[in-house]
Amino acid sequence: MAEINYAELKKGGFMRQCQAGKFSLRLRVAGGQLTAEKLAKIREIAEKFGNGYVHLTSRQGVEIPFIDVSDMKAVTESLAEAGLSPGACGPRVRTVTACQGASICPSGLIETSGLAAEIDARYFGKELPHKFKIGITGCKNNCLKAEENDFGIKGGALPEWNKSACTLCGLCEAVCPVKAISQKNEELALDEKICIYCGKCEKSCPSDAWNGKRGYIVSFGGMFGNQIAHGESPLPIIFTKEKLLQALDAAMDFYRENGKSGERLGLTLKRLGIPVLRQYVGERLK
Amino acid sequence: MSEYDNYIDITAAVCPITFVKVKVALERTDDGKILYIKLNDGEPIQNIPRSLKDEGHKVVKIENNGDGTYGLYVVKNGL
Repeated sequence: MAEINYAELKKGGFMRQCQAGKFSLRLRVAGGQLTAEKLAKIREIAEKFGNGYVHLTSRQGVEIPFIDVSDMKAVTESLAEAGLSPGACGPRVRTVTACQGASICPSGLIETSGLAAEIDARYFGKELPHKFKIGITGCKNNCLKAEENDFGIKGGALPEWNKSACTLCGLCEAVCPVKAISQKNEELALDEKICIYCGKCEKSCPSDAWNGKRGYIVSFGGMFGNQIAHGESPLPIIFTKEKLLQALDAAMDFYRENGKSGERLGLTLKRLGIPVLRQYVGERLK
Repeated sequence: MSEYDNYIDITAAVCPITFVKVKVALERTDDGKILYIKLNDGEPIQNIPRSLKDEGHKVVKIENNGDGTYGLYVVKNGL
């Protein structure tokens, strides 16, 4: 029997178990979404090749434990029948996580599921100095914990006031969690310096007098493992998907050029300073 | 204080009972009539108005009571 190449297996999502010859198979999932057809296939594989159960990972993934090394080829082929494939491990782009976003959630400010699929298609498995996690959350409520990721994306809305539609009811001033809106005589003023882009003024306005310009707030260098760091957001809100992807490309290039092998982006940033990244990515977004 | 047709105080309730109480009060309010809702600053004021809008009810006026509570005047099915 050929020697088992563990590094290669891990790259392809086969996680070695404590039990000799058994692997927990990590599946590729984007945005935490699986069709019923895929679920049926996962069930079939768990029953036929595993121990009849799956493990839901901390990042919206699915693993099928107790796959025998001798069944790996058969399992991979069976997965492919339903459009499934093994996930990623090691120093590369991992599962892209996402909340359900504006298509489903009343709080959502940006579409997230399609964006997760798009980013996954574009970057999944790309090799980098260390693991690289991307998470997308639809609004300031941050259900998907954007700042835990090496690259976090959070939906935001920059409010714009339409005076002619406004009835001056005072609701937005009360609703704003940071008191960025103030009314003087018959004028509303927004303090953009303290606005957190949460969109609550727009979502609650009874006369649609606030129209939020939707955008992406990005964060860099979050990690939540052996060392913990909160992702930093040194850039202004980004208003187009093209620019968002440019920022992601730039962040990965920065990491490739500056990150040491085995060093998370957060540690690279700690070493070099956030301003270096801000300038690098800022140049690319011009 | 302005006129209203029905009144509900949800300052003693917590989410999600706050909106449940509002829904019950709206059930007892006729279309086009005004429900006055007394609610707390913080989470209730940030979330209840949006839920009202999502369900087609129109906030026409708000009063800051100055004691950590607000008064909302809501026209049932006014949107």
